[in-house]
Amino acid sequence: MVTYLFILFATLAIAAALAMVLNRSTVNSALFLVLNMLSIAGIYLLLKAQFLAVVQVLVYAGAIMVLFLFVIMLLNVEDEEAVLDKINFRYIISVILGVVVLSYLLYIAGSMADALPPVAEDMAQVGTVEAIGDELFSTYILPLEITAILLTAAVVGAIMMAQHKFK
Amino acid sequence: MIALDWYLALSAILFTIGVIGVLTRKNAIVIFMCAELMLNAVNLSLVSFSAHLGDVHGQILVFFSLCVAAAEAAVGLAIIIAIFRNNLSVDITRINLLRW
Repeated sequence: MVTYLFILFATLAIAAALAMVLNRSTVNSALFLVLNMLSIAGIYLLLKAQFLAVVQVLVYAGAIMVLFLFVIMLLNVEDEEAVLDKINFRYIISVILGVVVLSYLLYIAGSMADALPPVAEDMAQVGTVEAIGDELFSTYILPLEITAILLTAAVVGAIMMAQHKFK
Repeated sequence: MIALDWYLALSAILFTIGVIGVLTRKNAIVIFMCAELMLNAVNLSLVSFSAHLGDVHGQILVFFSLCVAAAEAAVGLAIIIAIFRNNLSVDITRINLLRW
């Protein structure tokens, strides 16, 4: 059952990512990215990381993608010409570079396949809100506060930069 | 349960699609979305390592990376809006002020 779900979510994620890269329309790309992120959230659930799955849907598929769609709507971007229309030098180089990156990553993952750990038994307790909150508000309290400052600074900076008259 | 290799392979494939997207597309917003896709792929490999080691620290790292991604999206989109206001375009071939 888990295997079938993994195959379903993985296929969905890869197909949505490919569709995002190949689509002409920016809005369609953003919507395919939402689909991709939802299927990654499903994979998090398969890994028993419930908290991160919910946060993924809320923050990524919710907040960040709404931001993206708002900016697309605001800028009224015209569609690009179809990506695969003319094969030029740049695309060839890009695809070759992509294949190099992929083979390198797979080589790293494959070369340490024997050293990879088996599935942990107590995983069901690790990904819960309780376990993460416990760790987050004791060991990681300082990074958490710094993250709060970072988010405030980012919001103020974003408003400053997006102002009409930038001084 | 599926072996860790498959999660890592999925993460590698998603990362590669993101790399190819950044290199081929011309629209700054789509390039930005491809960067988000790469961030997601790395998060996926962190979560799968965390799950297979039974260790919560990987998931906390993903939580912080999500926060930084949110901040980065807000600032990046503000920069794109500012560029659009000056250039009336988000086509990266026409944004060449700092290019040699």
